[in-house]
Amino acid sequence: MPERRHLIASAIVVLLLALLPLAGSRYAVDLATEVLIYALFALSLNVVIGFTGNISFGHAAYFAIGGYACAILLTTHNWPLIFALPAAVVLAGLVAAVVGYFCVRLTQIYFAMLTLAFAMLVWGVAFKWKAVTGGDDGFTGIKLPAMLAHHVGFFYFTLAVVAVGVAALWVICHSAFGLTLVAVRENAVRAGFIGVDTRRMRWAAFTVAGTFGGLAGALFGMYHRGMYIENAYWTESANVLIMVLLGGIYSFVGPIFGAAALHLLQVFTNQYTPYWPTVLGLILLVIVLVLPNGLIGLAARFKARQGKT
Amino acid sequence: MSTMLNIAGLWKSFAGFVATRDVSLDLKAGELHAVIGPNGAGKTTFFNLITGHLRPDKGAVSFEGRDLVGLPPQKIVRLGIARSFQRINIYPRLTVFENVQVALIAHEGQQWNLFRPGRSLHREGTAELLELVGLAGEAAETAGELSYGKQKQLELAIALASQPRLLLLDEPTAGMSPQETAATIASVRDIVKARGLTLLFTEHDMGVVFGIAERISVLHHGEIIASGEPESVRNDPEVKRVYLGEGGGHG
Repeated sequence: MPERRHLIASAIVVLLLALLPLAGSRYAVDLATEVLIYALFALSLNVVIGFTGNISFGHAAYFAIGGYACAILLTTHNWPLIFALPAAVVLAGLVAAVVGYFCVRLTQIYFAMLTLAFAMLVWGVAFKWKAVTGGDDGFTGIKLPAMLAHHVGFFYFTLAVVAVGVAALWVICHSAFGLTLVAVRENAVRAGFIGVDTRRMRWAAFTVAGTFGGLAGALFGMYHRGMYIENAYWTESANVLIMVLLGGIYSFVGPIFGAAALHLLQVFTNQYTPYWPTVLGLILLVIVLVLPNGLIGLAARFKARQGKT
Repeated sequence: MSTMLNIAGLWKSFAGFVATRDVSLDLKAGELHAVIGPNGAGKTTFFNLITGHLRPDKGAVSFEGRDLVGLPPQKIVRLGIARSFQRINIYPRLTVFENVQVALIAHEGQQWNLFRPGRSLHREGTAELLELVGLAGEAAETAGELSYGKQKQLELAIALASQPRLLLLDEPTAGMSPQETAATIASVRDIVKARGLTLLFTEHDMGVVFGIAERISVLHHGEIIASGEPESVRNDPEVKRVYLGEGGGHG
């Protein structure tokens, strides 16, 4: 039961975003499109991290599968978008289900390493299967419906898809399933003793995460009119992981803020210096040392302090 | 009364150390049975073997005629056995209310419902259980911030949420003050009797045990050295030698 103020706040955010193209800046619209896509990507990863307490180091795999599959179906097979997009999402979810089946047998660092290993396999396929994926040249020239060819049209499409995706994730994360996942994260042993099959719960969460990660990837590919093997590389997994950590894993909306902050920071940093990786390293240091609960945790601390004085 | 839990020839060892040695025990439906023994006697291991947390090396455990050996905890809970833990085992970052609510959700098999808002479910049932264990006033508090005694009460509420027929409490009063202990024991007995449950609990405090148990088994070095009514156990020479002599006051 979403509280009224949450619904109102979300409606206002969507409305404000919808008004953005009126400002007339293509740059702003493109930037907003990118942030929306990364926000969905980060939120999907947090289903695994925040809700099951395990770090996935290979989330780019599902992003890439969604992106490549949608691109290939649209372009090579001339599928209409209305079939290509759902098919790509389902494929990403299915692969996540297969990979997750093995990964959830492990926890913590072993889980993280296994997710990384599978993601590198996906990268390997994208790299080697040149006939289908374009290999290291990337898969370019994605065909889009005329309506989405213009950047404003694509922005509205992205806004709608991301809004639906975020709403769906909100429902799932706040459902009986979501609450039980939090219990599994907090204390897997106790959760077992109330009758919960913790491994199957974590498996389902992993599949949900992969599915929505695939949706984000499909949007990403269409936006850039191309998918590249870097999108499946481990650095992409690390990037989205940092977004999630920066935003805060214990809050549903945290990763959205993390994605926006990190992506905008990267874009602006790149305008002034080529040393983005250095800046990223510094951000990571700050998260680990002073922001263990991310930006959301910082906001909560600030609020608590104001309440006291 | 019929036999509810039947344990026969249970063994468990860890790297050569025998923690459970040929333990057999019959528990009748409706009985309040205490397992006592000094720290390290193997009480918790014994509980872990019954509830599927550990797998016995040898022996059989059957509940209402069903073999439990090899079943994972989540299956055993669903057969009607719930437990609490000696060391606090709750969801520290969830509220007191949610701690119990999740157990009710799991009991109803709703953990697979991806659509119904979790926090709207079983509000009444949760409130009733919290009332029962005296935590109604703390419902909105973060569970990890409760006092130790209250966390113990929360453990009890979580276990009861699984609607067990057999309740296993591992040292329900460990770490409590004498006043808290007395109140807890009285409340446990009332709840168990009111709900017609069977209770198996461990304790190291003798006074607690004689106040509530109808039958007592004494565990020493992983072995049951005496089992029976409180009076006969109290007067058992072997028990006196290995146990009562140490603490004094009850001999």
